[in-house]
Amino acid sequence: MALLQIAEPGMSAAPHQHRLAVGIDLGTTNSLVATVRSGMSTVLHDEKGHALLPSVVRYLADGAIEVGYAAQAQQSHDPQNTIVSVKRFMGRGLNDLADQAHIPYRFIDAPGMVQIDTRAGIKSPVEVSAEILKALRLRAEKALGGELTGAVITVPAYFDDAQRQATKDAARLAGITVLRLLNEPTAAAVAYGLDNGSEGVYIIYDLGGGTFDVSILRLSKGVFEVLATNGDSALGGDDFDRRIFCWILEQAKLPPLNAEDTRLLLTKAREVKEWLTEHHEVQITSVLSNGDVVNLTLTADQFVELTSHLVAKTLNPTRKAMRDAGLTLEDIKGVVMVGGATRMPHIRQAVAEYFGQEPLTNLDPDKVVALGAAIQANVLAGNRSDDDLLLLDVIPLSLGLETMGGLVEKVIPRNSTLPVARAQDFTTFKDGQTAMSIHVVQGERELVSDCRSLARFELRGIPPMAAGAARIRVTFQVDADGLLSVTAREQTSGVESHIVVKPSYGLSEDTITGMLQSSFAAAESDKQARALREAQVDAQRLLEAISAALQQDGDTLLSPEERAAIEQEMQALQTLITQDDSHAITRAVDALNHATETFAARRMDASVKQAFAGQNLNSLEI
Amino acid sequence: MQDSSTNHFALFGLPAAFAIDTALLDQRYRQLQSEVHPDKFAAASSTEKLRSMQWATSANEAYRTLKNPTARARYLLELQGVHTDEESNTAMPTDFLMQQMEWREAIEEARDAKDLDALDSLLKEIQTAAKTLQQDLEHQLGEESAELTAAAGSVRKLSFVDKLREDILQSMEKLEA
Repeated sequence: MALLQIAEPGMSAAPHQHRLAVGIDLGTTNSLVATVRSGMSTVLHDEKGHALLPSVVRYLADGAIEVGYAAQAQQSHDPQNTIVSVKRFMGRGLNDLADQAHIPYRFIDAPGMVQIDTRAGIKSPVEVSAEILKALRLRAEKALGGELTGAVITVPAYFDDAQRQATKDAARLAGITVLRLLNEPTAAAVAYGLDNGSEGVYIIYDLGGGTFDVSILRLSKGVFEVLATNGDSALGGDDFDRRIFCWILEQAKLPPLNAEDTRLLLTKAREVKEWLTEHHEVQITSVLSNGDVVNLTLTADQFVELTSHLVAKTLNPTRKAMRDAGLTLEDIKGVVMVGGATRMPHIRQAVAEYFGQEPLTNLDPDKVVALGAAIQANVLAGNRSDDDLLLLDVIPLSLGLETMGGLVEKVIPRNSTLPVARAQDFTTFKDGQTAMSIHVVQGERELVSDCRSLARFELRGIPPMAAGAARIRVTFQVDADGLLSVTAREQTSGVESHIVVKPSYGLSEDTITGMLQSSFAAAESDKQARALREAQVDAQRLLEAISAALQQDGDTLLSPEERAAIEQEMQALQTLITQDDSHAITRAVDALNHATETFAARRMDASVKQAFAGQNLNSLEI
Repeated sequence: MQDSSTNHFALFGLPAAFAIDTALLDQRYRQLQSEVHPDKFAAASSTEKLRSMQWATSANEAYRTLKNPTARARYLLELQGVHTDEESNTAMPTDFLMQQMEWREAIEEARDAKDLDALDSLLKEIQTAAKTLQQDLEHQLGEESAELTAAAGSVRKLSFVDKLREDILQSMEKLEA
């Protein structure tokens, strides 16, 4: 029998200690943070016992920032400095916002992403989201009693590269290490599937405050495989509120409203919608800022009629996903409802009619995404020993390149399983052409102008050749977070150009650094202290990872000399960690990474062999 | 790169054949990803992370190729030195070309008439045609016969049929939007 190991009191049993990891649902309307405690995924509450944190940020006159209920309470009184539903603006330009007339902010059309003019200055949606994330990080650190190792942050499955990058930037700004960006429906499937021990094909119908996703997953022995996903990143519960709002304006024959009254009636509209979930009619009474009184009655039937086109709009992506997955309705074992907006009875009814079965609603639709994200965070942080959970997700929108005539050549089709890489060869158009401009786009349409521009970059130094003689190979790599990097290489000369896609719709590295500095009061010494701290944390993590790897496989996969070489680099790094030269630490980290390349390759090969251990490998020679 | 990735079949420990056990392929794919996926290396060194991403990418590529019958046949022929040359070799038997034209016209008609049901039944018809071609391939790529030239012809026909299928799906999508 194996003996239990018990550490001496006060001594940590590193590297097997429990790492503090959380799942964060950064929602349009509400956000949550959850963690796994004693094997159970639980939502962390604030001091007053609230699970939800309204995704509302208010910039006060005295420079303070309020987040959550306090900010929400003031939204009608201070609408221009109280930002709600900021998720809708993430990675979006001004002309992407269809309904700006009804949003009471002073927008600024900045290249890449829209910005908002507040009394605290011009704020990017990334900065506003970072405030929400920061509040959740503090809540978690308080509840868990320590610094977080990292977080899994959920995003709508239908978010494109720009929106994902913006979310990751916001986390960084909030001082959170992102373990993974996880698609919301996949997170919900994890929470749901693990709870119920389900097997088979499931639909996740996720209607949140501002986004709609539908994902089809196959669950099999702890593997969650996304077969197809589709959605609308600008359709959600907010749109139902807005229909009620517009109905009030029409019925009460109101003139264009000021910002305060707009916010007041939008808030009222939301209350009306929620009330109609359990009641047949509602009395709407509001006093406007000029003393006018609005007094109306709305019935549930009227509400259904007002919003039936929105419900229908969710069924198109559902049909597309079904077709992409090559499935028929008989293949579907169950339909899981996620997102607060799926509480509306007419949504449940429409989904039940389409799929011919009652949807599953036994988990709280507001919490299920955060609960699933926490489970994944726990696995990624290395706390779970029975390693049987694996998520295989897909890229929601096709990636392509601009070719002659403004047309898109698709390189990676939507619904490809991540990570994915694909190469495409291009050639020159003119004799002696020495440079080529590469334009990366995302979307399903044939014209570049109808897709989202992700990045443009130039490959220079192509040796002059006849038109059509050069061979330029462009490789797209999309990682497990759904983020893209592109490499272009001229095959005959080896000229290479590499970028991680960011420029057109993301924030540049300089902008992020600038924001980080300003948020840390910008003193030079603070900056250096932070850089040093980051380098030390990175180095410590690397040392832990390699120690664990050596302990596991060092004896079997390395010769004594090879092992000694690695340990020498580890020793060098260990010495530097306690000193205060962040550059030296970074150099030693690079050296150690380099020294372990062969070891890493052998470990991976050994893992693969183990995957099929005991099976007869019929590797045929052809 | 690695021994077992010299070909997609060997990566999953499957015999290189057109008729494969797809349930076993699914199972082996999941087993392999359970070992190499980046989620298993979240706390590892950046060198191991990079390795893991490369392996998981190869596993996805191999799975995608073997899962799809057309891609699987094309790949199997390539392993035996036969290129299907779908872009340059467009010579087709007359009866197949006639059938193609009929289908194209039918798709256009249904699209113009915004007739989703007609598109749906065309989709079914084309899927049946694809099934037949796949059965041909099973014979042509079988161990006894090995009619590689004929198999290359079937792959070219299947590509045509796949493209028609795509067109129908896109038309349906546009009509529903």
